[in-house]
Amino acid sequence: MKFLFHFGRYLSLIRQAFQQPQKQSIYVRQILVEMENLGLASVGIVAIISVFMGAVVAIQMAFNIDTPLIPSYTIGFVTRQSVILEFSPTIISLILAGKVGSRIASELGTMRVTEQIDALEIMGINPATFLVLPKIVASMLINPFLIGMSMILSVGGGWLAGIATGLFPSAEYIYGIQSFFHLYDIFYALIKTVVFAFIIASVSAYNGYYTKGGALEVGEASTNGVVYSSIAIIFMNLILTQILLA
Amino acid sequence: MIEGKNISKTFGDRKVLENVSLTLEKGITNLIIGQSGMGKTVLLKCLVGLVKADQGQVFYDNRAFSKMSFNEMKEIRQEIGMLFQGGALFDSLTVEQNVMFPLTMFTTQTPQQKLERANFCLSRVNLENVNKLFPSELSGGMKKRVAIARAISMNPRYLFCDEPNSGLDPQTAHLIDELIKEITLEYNMTTVVVTHDMNSVLEIGEKIYFLYQGKLWWEGDKHNILHTDNTELQAFVFTSELTKRLRPKKGG
Ligand SMILES: Nc1ncnc2c1ncn2[C@@H]1O[C@H](COP(=O)(O)OP(=O)(O)OP(=O)(O)O)[C@@H](O)[C@H]1O
Ligand SMILES: [Mg+2]
Repeated sequence: MKFLFHFGRYLSLIRQAFQQPQKQSIYVRQILVEMENLGLASVGIVAIISVFMGAVVAIQMAFNIDTPLIPSYTIGFVTRQSVILEFSPTIISLILAGKVGSRIASELGTMRVTEQIDALEIMGINPATFLVLPKIVASMLINPFLIGMSMILSVGGGWLAGIATGLFPSAEYIYGIQSFFHLYDIFYALIKTVVFAFIIASVSAYNGYYTKGGALEVGEASTNGVVYSSIAIIFMNLILTQILLA
Repeated sequence: MIEGKNISKTFGDRKVLENVSLTLEKGITNLIIGQSGMGKTVLLKCLVGLVKADQGQVFYDNRAFSKMSFNEMKEIRQEIGMLFQGGALFDSLTVEQNVMFPLTMFTTQTPQQKLERANFCLSRVNLENVNKLFPSELSGGMKKRVAIARAISMNPRYLFCDEPNSGLDPQTAHLIDELIKEITLEYNMTTVVVTHDMNSVLEIGEKIYFLYQGKLWWEGDKHNILHTDNTELQAFVFTSELTKRLRPKKGG
């Protein structure tokens, strides 16, 4: 019952958000601002996590493929595949759900409890369009770049791990990451990324937008934003994988 | 002119407003007074449509506001200036940007024109040299004044102020009262002020509505409020040492 209530209200918020904005120029500027707030501000953490993630995947592959029957360039190939298909789009999106989602939910929650959203409404501005839409659009535009960067850095991290540990030869790894490449995999990863970006921005915005109360509830909204967008991502991941790889 | 007809609002099982009807005239300052928690803010929010009344209608110059959809309301709302009890300034914008915000959204003025207008509004609330500060860098009273400047920046036809001078020193409070009265007359606005400050009541109370336990208990103006024989209103009016002195002597 409660789920249906929230889901219905979520859909109605999305519908309100996707309306003709008051002024096109301001709206474009808002998107750019959000791209900076939500995207550029996350480059650092995405980069660090990606390098280490790639390194760990490559090392684990190296330990697991410890037989002369399988050529060692497989390590490069498998690392690339895992990173592109799953680690970068899903894990990084989950990280972003934590970082970006809590930011969005607490920003909107604070604006709600301090009546800033009411102030917009009273001026005749649709607060959902003004506040929520730029966040959704900005996330959907910038996240593919973050994930793309993550893929490159993760594969690079795997290569560095090989050099640092001496577990596999650098040349084999580089040969591996170039083998059996399908463009469709990138397409699959991008679709996932864009869908996850939409989920992160909209679900956390929903949690912030309808906050009631004060500072305590803003904190709660921020936590809920992260939890529910993460759950939605995991769930959509399963569905999209079924649809796109079937 | 704004008319509210039979407005009722319940939160849970708490009746906050019961059948409140009031007519807010153009060109004068209409005051809504009452003790804390009596529903003044809720009434104001029902009038502007931020809180949906359970019952009742609101008319803005005979336009049936309460029946409108969000998009239809927009038109009227662009003619509304509102000061929220807590200020409701945009945290991410500077003082100057806050005051210019409605102009940016709804007019085609050049940045220079907008800045001039913002500075003019800020000077009317006695604020200078704070243009580049953010709301978090202002004192409570300054925030309130910036919010007033923002509310009047578009020269609204309807002005709503929720406790415009709470948290201000007596001099600034007086200044704000004067400003509200002045612009109301100057632009023939319909002005609604929520207050529990007796100074304001006696200064700008050209029409006064007294709310008590969710009902419209008394209406009148600053001249006859001191002569009321309504017990609840008397208790509200003659509380401080100063106002007690204004109390007309019995039989005198
Ligand atoms: N959103 C809400 N949900 C539940 N109850 C509410 C809500 N808003 C107001 N109330 C209740 O309505 C009553 C009137 O509140 P209101 O804010 O209108 O008081 P007020 O007259 O403006 O008081 P003050 O002078 O202190 O600002 C209060 O008892 C409050 O608890
Ligand atoms: Mg109030």
